[in-house]
Formats: sequence, structure tokens, C-alpha cells
Amino acid sequence: MYYNALGEKVSRARYREMLNAAKNRRELIAAGLYGRRELAKMGLLTAGGMLLPKIGLSARARTPFAVTSQAASPMTRSFVDPLFVMPQAQALPPFRPLNPAPTVAPNTAAGESRTRPHQALTQFPPQKFYYVTQHAIQATQSPDLPVQTLWAFDDTHNACSPGPTYVNHYGVPILVRNNNRLPPPDQNGGFGMPSVTTHLHNGHTPSESDGFACDYFEIGHWYDQHYPNVLAGILSTHPGTGDINEALSTLWYHDHRVMFTAQNTYKGLVGYYLLFNQFDTGSEDSGFRLPSYPQFDIPLVFADKVYDPTTGLLFFDLFSLDGILGDKFLVNGKIQPFFKVHPRRYRFRLLNTGPSRFYEFFLTDLNNLSANNPYWVIANDGNLLPAPVQVTSARIGVAERIDVIIDFTPFAGKSIYLENRLNQINGQGPVISNPNGTGATECNCPEILPAGGGNLLMRFDVDTDFVRDESADPRTQTFYQLPQVVAPRVVRTFKFDRLNGQWSINGQFMDCNDIRFHVSQNSAENWILTNATGDWTHPIHIHLEEHQILSRNRVPPPLPIEGSRKDVSQLHPNERVQLFFRFRDWLGRYPLHCHNVVHEDHAMMLRWEVVPDGTGDKVEVP
Amino acid sequence: MNETSRRNLLSFSGLAPLAGGLLAARAGAAATEAATTLSARERIRERYFPDVILRTQNNEKVRFYEDLIKDKIVTLNFFYAQCDGVCPGITANLAKVQRALANRVGRDIFMCSFTLKPAEDTPKALRDYANLYHAKPGWTFLTGRPDDLELLRRSLGFTDPVPAVDKDKSQHIGNIKIGNEPLMLWTACPGMAHADWILKAISWMDRSPSALEKACCDGKS
Ligand SMILES: [Cu+2]
Repeated sequence: MYYNALGEKVSRARYREMLNAAKNRRELIAAGLYGRRELAKMGLLTAGGMLLPKIGLSARARTPFAVTSQAASPMTRSFVDPLFVMPQAQALPPFRPLNPAPTVAPNTAAGESRTRPHQALTQFPPQKFYYVTQHAIQATQSPDLPVQTLWAFDDTHNACSPGPTYVNHYGVPILVRNNNRLPPPDQNGGFGMPSVTTHLHNGHTPSESDGFACDYFEIGHWYDQHYPNVLAGILSTHPGTGDINEALSTLWYHDHRVMFTAQNTYKGLVGYYLLFNQFDTGSEDSGFRLPSYPQFDIPLVFADKVYDPTTGLLFFDLFSLDGILGDKFLVNGKIQPFFKVHPRRYRFRLLNTGPSRFYEFFLTDLNNLSANNPYWVIANDGNLLPAPVQVTSARIGVAERIDVIIDFTPFAGKSIYLENRLNQINGQGPVISNPNGTGATECNCPEILPAGGGNLLMRFDVDTDFVRDESADPRTQTFYQLPQVVAPRVVRTFKFDRLNGQWSINGQFMDCNDIRFHVSQNSAENWILTNATGDWTHPIHIHLEEHQILSRNRVPPPLPIEGSRKDVSQLHPNERVQLFFRFRDWLGRYPLHCHNVVHEDHAMMLRWEVVPDGTGDKVEVP
Repeated sequence: MNETSRRNLLSFSGLAPLAGGLLAARAGAAATEAATTLSARERIRERYFPDVILRTQNNEKVRFYEDLIKDKIVTLNFFYAQCDGVCPGITANLAKVQRALANRVGRDIFMCSFTLKPAEDTPKALRDYANLYHAKPGWTFLTGRPDDLELLRRSLGFTDPVPAVDKDKSQHIGNIKIGNEPLMLWTACPGMAHADWILKAISWMDRSPSALEKACCDGKS
């Protein structure tokens, strides 16, 4: 019996066609060929532009209606656009203050949609003010596709998607006035809810400024978000300073509108937020001497998308419940860009914005496919590790980040590719390989495609001009220690499940009005995540404070990269992951959710709250 | 074929969008002109909303797009009358939703429940089922040709990626799709969520100024 991607029975002849198509495609990718001219050159196109039958047919070519998310985009050439580097977000000049001035209480009369007072505005008064609007822009994502209507963030200097990069420093609190100027839904181009709430992902942020999923606001309204930029523990365990071992480096912001996060982030509402301090200074001449921002420290936003085969316009599968995979790979809003680099060390920040795909990043030399090209991971989820770790690949799920150091010296005069070699075919997560044939889930090893046979994401063109490099050798570096782990006051268990296609946590579904449990401020807890969903992998994200993975299936995480500070933990099939948490500094509501944004939008989320010391649950509340 | 080789096959076929793209680009060459002039709403209609002919619990003939969803705020779900798993709870939830929305159902909001077992769920069986839950006008129960209902089920994404699970009707998708057809707003909510939450999601589909005034934010408690 043979099946296609839709699970439909197909003939043996059809199956062979499909295998051929896959093989041909891998060859084409390996050869870097996508264009019509190149295909013709290889004899794969007839003079009339017909594709030779050896290419085969996509499973969907004969399907009258879209029944899965595996739509096929039009052809686009690779590596024709240079990398777009997002501009730095600009704060308002001092002579142009926000009007009306920010207030502790919500300024409802003037159109603010905030519902709770700022809890730390007077304690950590903002020194920088940003005026940001969200509105539609026209942008190109490939020279082979028409101009797209995206939703962007605009700091009054630049309107772009991904949005401008916030560059901030510990000890300098800021305030962002966020305005919703999105077009009404009849102009949404087919998807997107013009009702927004912007979450600062991994921000140690008071609840009312967190961008909680239910704090959404409508067109014409605005919302002041106060980011204190302080280290966790500043009001308790490490009074006045906070715990330096809780320092965050690479954060990002994105829309978190309950039930519409997938559509709104896919439409462009994402961006970076970088935090520097006295060690991670942004200059390779001081502190940890990491490659200098912005010349040699480059934030990269990864996203996979689908374009309508007839119009070439961005397509979102409105009716997917499982997850959405794109067949086009974008970096900073461009399909497969190239980036010119010098033969020296660079810091790249890699962020996976989904919607649903996992990535495993390799450096691939297409002229030497058997070579292992190592690089250094220095941070997980934007948190500098105790020390850099040399790897040949690293895997991230949706919303996870890794900061890496790539030394291009060995590649002077050559081109090298960043390639995703993880095999994933639907929203379930990476394909789990089964080398022993003893049951697919006994080994959670994902299937890695051969070098050159995965998705080439971007190309680095390394020139031959050696330039000054004062950044430290990762071999000799150390960063922060892990924060202290203490005995938990409460241990809670969360079962991630799926009942008749309905995503649930502990058998219940997201409801903004449902507070599922109360955590005491200034306490420590263990949260145990268990996966009851068979073959599904879920990237689980929890707001407010970071966690450390204590164990996976009762075994401590093996790698120094995993045994770090995290804000998203991958929950693989049949896994039980135990996390350590502290809750300090702020009170109020926060969510816990799956960051496969399609699962998240379909209720795999819950609301919990931090309440004053001593008033939280004394035992686990189911 | 065992599970492993089927997985491999799936992975191969999943990696073959190039050909589809080329074919679509070529086959669409003539159609492109027409397609690019289609509005986003028309493209959604073309992609997801086959205008199949169905039969209501009152044995009336209706078309899915033209009669059931066009220009409307709708809820769409699949069930079957003899289902003793998740269906009774979901249908009871929908009954609560209808009671709460009162006379708006049938005016600007319409509820549609499609059978997964059209052979046994005749219009008469659907009428009995509707009466059991005190369904009022504006909430339509639908049967029809099995192929048409299957096409509708797949088009609207009431599918499971695992073929064996997808075939097992007792494990059918229990979500309720909620949409505003003319405004191209679509989402889905678990059928077993609190009825109040389903109502909230339906309320977001109403973009009239008076509705938006109340929409601001949630979980104020
Ligand atoms: Cu998930």
C-alpha cells in the first residue's frame, strides 16, 4: 500500500513519481538551482516551458481544494536578495515627549486600553520613550513574487516587518506607547485580526505590560508598556541589583492576541529586543568581548511561509488545527537572502518565529558535503551559557533562540550556507527516526536529512579582506553561572493533551476568565510538563521568569546547552520534563502555552497568577 | 507497508513542492489573469468553500456557500446523531450558545452542524436530534451525499494528520470553526470549552462599532 502526503492511497507508479520528485528536488537544491533558466539548462524543462515528467507531481497538484497546509508556492529564485538587517528602534527625542504623558492608572478617557495600573512605573521611571504604531505596509519578500501587504511596527522612523530592533541596557527603564492603526478586516488580504497585544518574549515584565494574550486592543486604541529592564530578584533575593546570573540578552516581541497569534505573527508582527549590560556590552573591546553590535552581531528572524500558487500572495491556512508548514524560507523578511561577511568572528542571533516548524541549523559547504563545519553556541533562549559550546548543529522550536559565534576565517573567498536539515512534514513536529524498528517513539531522535538535502536558509559570501577582530576566542570564554536551585514550595504537573483534535492542558482549554492557579510571590516551584499527545512535539513557553530543566524523563539534561536557563522547553513525544522556577518582583496574570502558534490559538494555553507572598496555593491545584 | 516506510514516503512527498509550484505556475498561466483579479474573499471561497448541495433537518435543499455561510457570521461543526463520545457535550454547549445569543441566531449569526454519517443521519434523524437539544431556527443540521460531506470536512480542516485516526469517527475533530465570511475572519474553539468562551469568540466576529466598544479586553477579574 502506498500513500501520499494527504494519507491517501496512491498507485505504485504514482509513488515512484513522488520519490523521483523528491530526489530531483534535493539535487536541485544541492546545486542551488531554482530558476527557470537553470532548469532549462539542466534539461529539466522543455522548450515550451513544460516541466519534464521525471520531476513528478505534488500531492496537491490534483487536489481541487486545500485540505492540508502543504500548499505549493510559486517558484522563487534563491540568494538573489541581500539580507535585510532591521534598523534600530528610535526613542522619541527629549523635546518631543509623549502626549498625553504616561500615567500610572490606565488613561481610558484618552483611548488607552490597559486595564490595570502600572505596578513599577514610579519605582523604575522610564528614561526612554517610544511611540510605535502597528499598520499595514507594502513590502517585497522575493523579486519573483508580487508586492505583499504585511503588518509592521513603525517607530516613527522606520516601518518594517520584522519590526525595528530595540537596543536597550540594563538599568535604563523604557516605556513603549503601542498604537493600533491596522486596517479593518475587509482589507486584511484574507487573514489577520486587527486586534493586538504585543508580548515582550522573555521580558521580566510586570503583568500589565507583558502583552498578555487577553490584553488585546482594537483599532484606534493604544496601550503603554513599561519595561523596567531590571534583573530578576531586584526586589527580593538580590535587593537593589537583581541576580546577574539572570541576565537576558536576546528577547523578541510579537503579537499575542488570543486565538489569532498565528495569523498576526505570520502577517509580520514580530521583532527583536536586545538587552546589553556591563559584560555583554555590544562592543568587542569590553566586557565579554563578544563581536560588536551592529557590525558583527546580526539578529536573524527565521520564518517559513506559503504563497498562493496563482497570485503569489502570502497564503495562510485558515483552517489548520495541527500546525502550518511553509515551503519558502525567509530570513529577516526575505526569501533565502545572501549576506556578505568578512573572514572573522560574527555573533548571530537565531530566532524561529514559526508558525510550527522546528529547525536544526548546520553550516553547509555545497562543494564539500562531507565536511563538518563547527560553530559555537553561546546562548540558549537569549541567555549566555556558563561557557560557549562547540557544535556542528543545534535545534530550536518555535520562539526559541540561540546565539552563535561563527568564525568565517576558514571560508575566506568561499560561500557557505546555513541549512536546516531537520525533517518535518506536518504540524506534529520533527519526523522521529526509528533506526531499530522497535516503535517510533522509543527514540526521540529526529530525522536529519543529508547535507545539502535540507532547506538552504541563507548564504554567507565570505570575502578575502581580513578585518580587525578584537572579539574573544570562544575557547577561552566564560559567562554567567546558573542561578541557584532551591527546594520547591509546590510541585505542579501539566498534562498536554489532545482530545478529538482539541488541544488541552490538564483536560481544560484556554479561557481568559479562567485563573487556573495562584503562585505565591517570592517562592520557588517545580513544574512537570508531560506529553500525552503521542507523536506530537510541543514547544512550551512560560512567561515572567525563566526556568531550568531539571530532568527529561527523570534524567538530567545531557548537554550544557539544554542545562541552561530557558523560556521555551521542547516537550517531545511521551516525555516528562521537570522545570525549576522562581517567582519574584511582579504580581499578576501570565500565560503558559504551547508556542506552536496554531496549537496555542486553539486553546493549548492557560492563565495563572502571581499573588502576594503567602497567599498562593499551598498545594497543586489540578 | 510498515509505519517506518510510510513515514519515509510521507517525508518524500512532503518534500516535493517544487513540482507542484511549477505545474501550478504553468497550468495557471491562462487562469492567472483571472485568478489575480479574484479578491482575497473570492480566493478563500475558491479554496475552502465548495458549494455542495446539502439537505437540512427540514429536508430543504441548501448550498453550503450560497445559503449557509455567505455574508454571515457562522459556527461550523461536525457530529453524528449516535455519537456518544464528545458530541453530546458539544451539542449541549452549542444549545447554550444559541440560548444566550437569542434572536441574533437566524438574523446575523447562523449555526451549522454537519453529520459525519450521512447514510444513517437522514433529515428525519437530524430533526429528532435537533429537537432533543431544543434547537431553534437559525441552527441547521445538515446531511447530504457522503462524498460532498467528506469534501466539506477536508476543505474546512476537520481532519487528523494520522490517516488511521482520521478514519475513526469516534475520534473526529471536536472543534467549532467560527467565522465572519465577508470579513474573512476565521478561528476555531474547542467544542468542549466553556459556552461563555465560545460566545466570546463569536462576539469578536462582529466588527460593528457598538460591538467593538465592548470588545476591548478580557479577564478583567
Ligand atoms: Cu503544541
